[in-house]
Amino acid sequence: MNILSLIMIALKALKKNKMRTFLTMLGIIIGVAAVITVMAIGEGSKESIKSNLSGMGSNMINVMPVMNEPGSVRMLGSNMQTIRQEDVEAIKKLNSPNIKGISPVVSANGQAINGVNNWPTNIIGVSTDYLEIRRLNLKDGIIFSDADIKSFAKVCLLGNTVVKNLFPDGENPVGKTIRFNRIPFQVIGILASKGQSSFGQDQDDIILAPYSTVQKRITATHYLQSIYASATSEATSDAATEEIKNAMRESHHLSATEDDDFDVRTQTELLTTINSTSSLLTILLTIVAGISLLIGGIGIMNIMYVSVTERTKEIGLRMSIGAKGKDILLQFLTEAIIISIGGGIIGVVLGVTASKVIALILGWPVLISEISIVLSFLVCGLTGIFFGYYPAQKASRLDPIEALRYE
Amino acid sequence: MMAKILEIENLKREFIVGDETVRALQGISFSVHSGEFITIMGSSGSGKTTLLNIIGCLDTPTSGTYLLDNVNIRQLNRNALAELRNKKIGFVFQSYNLLPRTTAIENVELPLFYDRNISSKVRKEKAFEALKAVNLENRAFHSPSQLSGGQQQRVAIARALVNEPVLILADEATGNLDTRTSYEIMALMQELNKRGRTIIFVTHEPDIATFSQRTILLRDGKIQSDQVNCNMQSALELIAGLPKADKI
Repeated sequence: MNILSLIMIALKALKKNKMRTFLTMLGIIIGVAAVITVMAIGEGSKESIKSNLSGMGSNMINVMPVMNEPGSVRMLGSNMQTIRQEDVEAIKKLNSPNIKGISPVVSANGQAINGVNNWPTNIIGVSTDYLEIRRLNLKDGIIFSDADIKSFAKVCLLGNTVVKNLFPDGENPVGKTIRFNRIPFQVIGILASKGQSSFGQDQDDIILAPYSTVQKRITATHYLQSIYASATSEATSDAATEEIKNAMRESHHLSATEDDDFDVRTQTELLTTINSTSSLLTILLTIVAGISLLIGGIGIMNIMYVSVTERTKEIGLRMSIGAKGKDILLQFLTEAIIISIGGGIIGVVLGVTASKVIALILGWPVLISEISIVLSFLVCGLTGIFFGYYPAQKASRLDPIEALRYE
Repeated sequence: MMAKILEIENLKREFIVGDETVRALQGISFSVHSGEFITIMGSSGSGKTTLLNIIGCLDTPTSGTYLLDNVNIRQLNRNALAELRNKKIGFVFQSYNLLPRTTAIENVELPLFYDRNISSKVRKEKAFEALKAVNLENRAFHSPSQLSGGQQQRVAIARALVNEPVLILADEATGNLDTRTSYEIMALMQELNKRGRTIIFVTHEPDIATFSQRTILLRDGKIQSDQVNCNMQSALELIAGLPKADKI
């Protein structure tokens, strides 16, 4: 008996019980569709977090102060006064091929005022590299220069949210003067909008100014809150981190036994953390979907047992006219596999459609991976073989005399 | 003398039921030559069915020899028996055993599915030929539920013929049919026999036995008599003598 006639016979048998075949398939269809949809949503959100993060800055490295004396008064890291401009210079002096840009960061809260309009926001003192590190673009105007930094120039760049609140009439702020905590700043540029970060933070609610100006006029300190740097690529990120650490230790005169009084974080680390959380979620959901596939498989097994009992006489007849045990086994196995693979195909179509509909209606990021489709088919085929085998084996071991006499 | 196609020598078959041993066949010997038409008769419990199962290669004897077309089936395993059934034997059952919701021609094709060397084209041709031989070529695409009992049995006979077996084995093949249809089936059997088919027909109806050349009577697992039928009747002639069937 060749494969083609096996399939023909199986299809004919399944056609005789269309409703039963469909209901049995339904278990598999729902399972596969669920697996594909869940994986598509999981992969999609992972992908969108990834692109969001890399949009925050390219291969960003962040140096922050930490407390290193257990007995001392505990303070917020950003209030601690351990990072200074000298550290930035020390890192710059490395001239490392792994580090692309570096910027000190010092920030303050305050009220920005333009005429009758005011808005509570953040002023961030940075150097010119900051825009590239954070992937910020100018919509209008120019960036402040190194000369502006040296001369403590009172110039600033406005984020979109600040522009909207201080200039609600839509006039161009470039060239205008605003006040931040009573200090006048001339607006020399506007940042292109970046929207919300993946953590729901408004990335447009900022004012950028030369760090020297912010230190002198607003915070009145010599200290920095943090240092932002960027590695040349993802591959050099670890090397750059190591170099920055060493430069910092040297600059802080730490002996070999002392702990770091700062913390260097990379974006890759953050990405890994987020990925592992969302992976865990995807795995859990996939397991749940997988269980429904398993139940579908049990459904196949159940119906195949019924089918074997119901067709005992047919089996007896087939055996009496020359069917071997193997022929009967293959016949029933083929039926089980057709049910499971057929259910798989419909399930994939349904899952892909559901994912697309979710993306369209709810606007969720969705990514249908080929792997999930291939995997579903593989699992379906195996389900068919696994759950179809025992009933088929039962059929193949029937005694033809008994089977023929079965009523 | 024609070739012996079936040779049975001191055949015994015992079943163990609980603690008891049931001796269904207690030493049976006979042989069948090619082209013979034999009926095996006997009341229930005479060992008829057991003998039939063994002749049909569905069962193997406890002792004794059974040569079918010079093959000793005693030592064969399940698969080899299945192959023998496929190639050498055509079964006709009392309850027809056609697959429901499957056309006549597909039912006839069935034994050929289990022969790897037959292409689907040859299979169709052979099935059609077999249907022609039982005068049902115009019902090829009817399903069993659309056929009368006699027609269904003829489809079953076509199925038994399709693999060109050395032996056609009929088990109470007229048991479910009325007298007239029974005679029609017997006429068909006689015609097939005339064309050279060897037939073993198991029945408990004495009038059916009169259509065969030879009758073996079984009793309590032994052969009581094995006689050549001197005045064999022609089923066709008998049908002509029957009152015409009521036309509706």
